[in-house]
Amino acid sequence: MACNSSTCNSSGCYKGYEEEEQPKPNTKAAVNGGNSCQNLCVKCKVNEPVCCGIGGENSRFCKDCFKNNLYGKFKQAVTYNAMITPPDKVLVAFSGGTSSRVVLQFVHEMQYKAQKNYDANKDKSLPVFGVGVAFIDESSTHSFTSLHIEKAIEDIRLIVSNLAPPSKELFVVPIESIFSSDGIDGKERLKELLDAVSDVTGKEDLLIRLRILLLQKIASENGYTRIVLGTCTSRIACHVISATVKGQGYSLSADIQYVDSRWEIPVVLPLRDCPAQELNTLCSLDGSLKIVELLNGPCSGINGLVSSFVKVLQEENPSRECTIVRTAGKLTPFHFNRVPEIHDSNVPSATRRHQKRYTLKPNGSLSSDSFCPICSSPLKKSNFPSSLRSHGNQQNPDLIASACSSCQFQILPKDPSLMEEFLSVLPQQMITKAKHGDQGDFSLLREQIQEFLLSDGENEI
Amino acid sequence: MEADSKPKKSGARLCCVCTQNRAALKRPKTLEQICRECFYAVFEEEIHQVILENQLFKPGERIAIGASGGKDSTVLAYVLSELNRRHNYGLDLFLLSVDEGITGYRDDSLETVKRNELQYGLPLKIVSYKDLYGWTMDEIVKMIGLKNNCTFCGVFRRQALDRGAALLKVDKVATGHNADDIAETVLLNILRGDIARLSRCTSIITGEDGPIPRCKPFKYTYEKEIVMYAYFKKLDYFSTECIYSPNAYRGFAREFIKDLERIRPRAILDIIKSGEDFRISTTTKMPEQGTCERCGYISSQKWCKACVLLEGLNRGLPKLGIGRTQGLNSDAKISNGMVIQEESVQEGQLFCTNQVNPEDQFFGFYICKK
Repeated sequence: MACNSSTCNSSGCYKGYEEEEQPKPNTKAAVNGGNSCQNLCVKCKVNEPVCCGIGGENSRFCKDCFKNNLYGKFKQAVTYNAMITPPDKVLVAFSGGTSSRVVLQFVHEMQYKAQKNYDANKDKSLPVFGVGVAFIDESSTHSFTSLHIEKAIEDIRLIVSNLAPPSKELFVVPIESIFSSDGIDGKERLKELLDAVSDVTGKEDLLIRLRILLLQKIASENGYTRIVLGTCTSRIACHVISATVKGQGYSLSADIQYVDSRWEIPVVLPLRDCPAQELNTLCSLDGSLKIVELLNGPCSGINGLVSSFVKVLQEENPSRECTIVRTAGKLTPFHFNRVPEIHDSNVPSATRRHQKRYTLKPNGSLSSDSFCPICSSPLKKSNFPSSLRSHGNQQNPDLIASACSSCQFQILPKDPSLMEEFLSVLPQQMITKAKHGDQGDFSLLREQIQEFLLSDGENEI
Repeated sequence: MEADSKPKKSGARLCCVCTQNRAALKRPKTLEQICRECFYAVFEEEIHQVILENQLFKPGERIAIGASGGKDSTVLAYVLSELNRRHNYGLDLFLLSVDEGITGYRDDSLETVKRNELQYGLPLKIVSYKDLYGWTMDEIVKMIGLKNNCTFCGVFRRQALDRGAALLKVDKVATGHNADDIAETVLLNILRGDIARLSRCTSIITGEDGPIPRCKPFKYTYEKEIVMYAYFKKLDYFSTECIYSPNAYRGFAREFIKDLERIRPRAILDIIKSGEDFRISTTTKMPEQGTCERCGYISSQKWCKACVLLEGLNRGLPKLGIGRTQGLNSDAKISNGMVIQEESVQEGQLFCTNQVNPEDQFFGFYICKK
């Protein structure tokens, strides 16, 4: 968004943090006063504007300034949240859409600059962070022809290979590899799992969970230390509404921050401040930003309804998405919504100080939040769902009792007799989480006292 | 499906509660098939439980029921007096009605309330905008148009209810806000960025630290079920939308919730649950409560909102008190600590801003300095 106010103190204002200085404004244009600005880019006041930002008529930019505006927001998010530091290996989740394409491009440009600095630097003190790309092939859940998906994968390979130097590893992984055995077994099991979920929204949400689990798996097996998602403002606005509608108001603040360290590999969202509309405009302006169209089909059920609702609101007021995200941003985040402390001496102390200063203070004491084994949302203590549903299922009472109310409603089977079968097709990671669900920060505490504990194979509770 | 030996009409189902009578309806909240008697019973019992669990009333209290003549307040009056009798709450119930001065709408609904007074045997008090403020809604709309009229009416009505409650010397006011209303409000507060209101809007009792607390016994009751109850019980109510409401922003949220209810009925309760569970820091800046300098009503600013709006009306400044400070955009300049719309004001002109500034003695009258 354009910000021309010299006294702007808004925390979202990128003005102070632009990397490159724009050329000084043309004095001739300044003398003319208000009206001539209509025909010039509002930022550099030199070039002709070719597009509008979210601010409509008030934010007409030329191509370069528009891109720099977006890149600036990206860079600020990365720096202020210490998302990417020199020793990191970053895995970018690439879906083929505009947001992932832009985040991949920006991460690449950041890496490229770092590489140039490294090459020019005599003492080679700061290593350049590594970048990999992961594409999850969900064709087994849709009815694509194999030709369609093969072409898409080829396009993706081309995109990634063109983003070198520095070169980036590409992982093309089918969604069914979330199960330890892949191939036909995996496909069958996935189909069985999705068929067991009768609620349309539940199915979609479960698939999203599987996607994240798979990204974690790829990252952890290949030594990556961060996962970058291209989640933009618009996507977050939809998530705010849909989480509210599904009764997940408590855990909402966990999902919408810049950093999410619930997982083994922290997940970061550097495009959190960029509206989808601007990302789309960038891709259409810049021919080199090719996207790969994968017709995943529109969302249906609650998610689809929320999407169209937010779209209607956007049409009525283009800054509505930002307001929604800003409101939700005022909810208290969780203690895991910050990057883990950096103890690496390779990281410049300035960055470490930065991280300490600007990342969120933990919310009071480190509470031992427990998490839903299916969607990993933190559970409110007093909201422990009734264990009524575990009647007749003594073998696996943990999973049912420890799932959040939303998952209990839309994902777990209603009929208790089907529960056994359902649990057998869930990915192992979710079952394990249920058994050790209450670990939370107990594992951290346990580490501290490990040497004093006497018996080994006791209950982990 | 039904066995073919059943003598009943094809497709007839039994009530899932009593399994005796034929099911007459499907409960909107749970989609259970239920007969009329059992529906009345479960509807009334759920409200009784809400009253008990949240300790809404104490024996001996005088309670004013906000009565508009619409379905919510009529059903509330009916059910409350019924439960009061059945479970010996020991309450003194009154009907309190507000006349906003909307011809063709309010005068008709007031007739309904007058009939309710006779039908339910509850004493009625009517307070009018004309008496309290000197303006009717018709006059207000003539002056300000149709975009922000709901703001005026809402602010004025709240105060009117309190004034009426004070005149009746009641201990509490009960309003007919239902689950749909509260869910809409939660969504609206998210859309409008009002975190302070978001933290309060799901409370079943509000204003406990003020003169007259209010409660919402229908907090978990679905609007459709209220309509169903009124329909089957043949209760007398007035069922037209306010003629000034079509442009209200709430309409967006309402449409959405209607669509949501069709796919997943429990979503309404889930929204309320989310609203209750939102992690909102208690150190979030909450407005400090004081009193209005002009009229003595409770207020977080120097003047209460009703006085600000009234002043605007009386001085011919319809925008006074409407809207919020805009996010900074290229049209705005900061002057005297307030963001103003630049283009409408000339140098040296006396103008008002569109927000009451708590630091100032008076609400936003400034001399423009460019």
